[in-house]
Amino acid sequence: MRMQKVKSYKMNTETMETNKTAATKTERITGCEAIIRCLIEEGVDILYGYPGGAIMPVYDELFKYQGKIHHVLTRHEQGAAHAAQGYARISGKVGVAMATSGPGATNLVTGIADAQIDSTPLVCITGQVPSHLLGSDAFQETDIVGISTPVTKWNHQVTKAEDIPVVLAKAFYIARSGRPGPVLIDITKDAQFQEFDFSYKKCTGIRSYTPAPKVNIESLKTAAELINNAKKPLIVWGQGVILGEAEEELKAVIEKSGVPAAWTILGASAIPTSHPLNVGMVGMHGNYAPNKLTNECDVLIAIGMRFDDRVTGDLNTYAKQAKVIHFDIDPAEIDKNVKTDVAVLGDCKESLGLLLKELNANSHEDWHQEFKDLYEIEYEKVIKSDLLPEKEGLTMGEVLKEINIQTKGNAAIVSDVGQHQMIACRYAEFNKTKSNITSGGLGTMGFALPAAIGAKMAKPEREVVAIIGDGGYQMNIQELGTIFQQEVPVKIVVLNNEFLGMVRQWQQLFFDKRYASTEMTNPDFVTIAKGYHIDAKRVVKREELADAVQEMIASKSSYFLEVCVEKEDNVFPMIPSGASVSDIRLS
Amino acid sequence: MSEEIKTLTISVYTENNIGLLNRISAIFQRRHINIESLTTSQSEIENVNRFVIVVNITEIQAKKIVGQIEKQVEVIKAYYHDDHETIYTESCMFKIKSDLLFDEPQIQNIIKESNTRIVTVNREFFVLEKSGRRHEIEALRKELNVFGIMQFVRSGRIAVTKDEMKITELLAQIKN
Ligand SMILES: Cc1ncc(C[n+]2csc(CCOP(=O)(O)OP(=O)(O)O)c2C)c(N)n1
Ligand SMILES: [Mg+2]
Repeated sequence: MRMQKVKSYKMNTETMETNKTAATKTERITGCEAIIRCLIEEGVDILYGYPGGAIMPVYDELFKYQGKIHHVLTRHEQGAAHAAQGYARISGKVGVAMATSGPGATNLVTGIADAQIDSTPLVCITGQVPSHLLGSDAFQETDIVGISTPVTKWNHQVTKAEDIPVVLAKAFYIARSGRPGPVLIDITKDAQFQEFDFSYKKCTGIRSYTPAPKVNIESLKTAAELINNAKKPLIVWGQGVILGEAEEELKAVIEKSGVPAAWTILGASAIPTSHPLNVGMVGMHGNYAPNKLTNECDVLIAIGMRFDDRVTGDLNTYAKQAKVIHFDIDPAEIDKNVKTDVAVLGDCKESLGLLLKELNANSHEDWHQEFKDLYEIEYEKVIKSDLLPEKEGLTMGEVLKEINIQTKGNAAIVSDVGQHQMIACRYAEFNKTKSNITSGGLGTMGFALPAAIGAKMAKPEREVVAIIGDGGYQMNIQELGTIFQQEVPVKIVVLNNEFLGMVRQWQQLFFDKRYASTEMTNPDFVTIAKGYHIDAKRVVKREELADAVQEMIASKSSYFLEVCVEKEDNVFPMIPSGASVSDIRLS
Repeated sequence: MSEEIKTLTISVYTENNIGLLNRISAIFQRRHINIESLTTSQSEIENVNRFVIVVNITEIQAKKIVGQIEKQVEVIKAYYHDDHETIYTESCMFKIKSDLLFDEPQIQNIIKESNTRIVTVNREFFVLEKSGRRHEIEALRKELNVFGIMQFVRSGRIAVTKDEMKITELLAQIKN
């Protein structure tokens, strides 16, 4: 049984087009040193993790390689995974997390699942019990390769030191290429100790894996023709544009064609918020105009987005009148949820670049006017009272507005999950791409605090503001320890409504206000932050807000700001789950 | 594309990686699709495995499933075909008490008429083997069941397609 298991994860090295040239000079080192050397070869400067028995040899090497690679001790492995995600999301580079076997490895799983559904490039390295103990229920043995299979783009167990360079090269290649995703490499302790002749060569291809299909010029031309002839075209772009670094290409396409362009949550910030052709966010709590007009457009152009149910609502009443064009790198996304008329496969940087040449200049003024008219309605019914409230209690919206003012829209906003997240995505102003870091597909509470750490460490020159609910904050609050020890100058804003607000909103709207287990008696968050020697302030009155936000943004070190907001505010607009985008509610 | 449920044969060419079985079966499991049978073996290409998976689903589902399967890093290519597009067979074995060969002469006729092969005979038992379509095997099992069967086992479907699946060309293309 054991033998079989070892064998089952053994890879066929013959099939990889890497490490074939024996010309590279070799050096005799241990497996654990090889792991560090591979990371350095891949350009990893920071990794996040937590030590334990099965990964200790690697930590011993990390000690020796201090100064060459920086290991950040988080306070929980989930924190390490999310920090690596934050690092990846803001930089476009592969994030790296490391953990020991058993509980260390399983604690990574939520972050891995989050990275899988949000296409975040991650390499997770876990220690494993020595290979002779595999399958024996040894201390801290867990089948992490089995556990992580459904939530990884690829995973693999290494039981021999000599496989380490090839497998890690492949791991980084798979994580970052094509549609990115998380990869987990599990390395037995005996492989870490073994000595072998080390040499490293980056992976440049795997024969069974096509990262990006070639752009088909025929379908591209058909798409262009549809767009050129459209009277009411609508673009909805997603994270694919950011992952493909196609922001400029998208902007050029929009500006030339005059097509109104809306975004999914993960697509936010690819085009500046203030861009005149940017018509806002689609989806459950998105803007009124792009949601409503999805069911009015004649051509719907989806770019690097996957028609998530939070975006489409009821599929049977979604954009039925429109011809649908879908640009995507992942063939499995085509027709998965929405039937397309024209699919343009490939890297959208390339396809959008080619599309631009085929497009006619247009401005679609009347069509844009429809967006403006609906925006006015949303402004009157929702936005005004969110941003310029007349009631006594503070709103989440006005906090965002204040942050926009103080950061001039240049900050990266890392939001957690809940009402504050929707408010942050709706109202944060973005001038720069890769600035909206949030858990979209999985909706992982606890994401923001560690993700903000990773983001700030990857891009120290950027202002990073975490917007977190009082619930989600307490899911990974221990990472304040990491912020303190590593002196990470992140700005943490907790929007405290003393509720699991988003769930409470649903209870109010759909469960006759039966607030089952959503009210929270919270600790003194300011005292907790101060316990970690983080400057902290609490705001309860509107008059204090502007100054407090200003002080926070001006601070050179980490800063915690708790804003006590209205307890029972709701986020609108809202498409109730399962309803049509046309049935978007303003109250 | 048809929304009617059909028996479809999914053929998957993969790198020789047994861990892949987990990934592939998980794709069906997540969507509550029952796998009628699954067979893996060496394919016509050295070091390339072939999975033959039989499912009862609609073509729309099959297209999505094949997309998800192909997305796996170690999958080279996947296809689905209906019964008219494949040549397929299953095989089965019976273990039966040897006494019956003499006590029940009818059995010998059944063996002959059904083109069943005798694999081995010893004092206690004999073993039959037959390959064919499901209904043929089922008919044989019913006939023999009257006399008592010690053990019966049937394999999953194996199938080749009438159309070409140009894996060698595909692999050559990737190489270049
Ligand atoms: C790990 C996890 N558990 C449960 C949920 C379900 N959930 C979604 S939003 C939410 C409430 C979040 O409350 P809070 O962090 O206070 O944010 P608010 O909605 O109040 O702004 C919950 C419980 C989740 N998304 N993630
Ligand atoms: Mg809350």
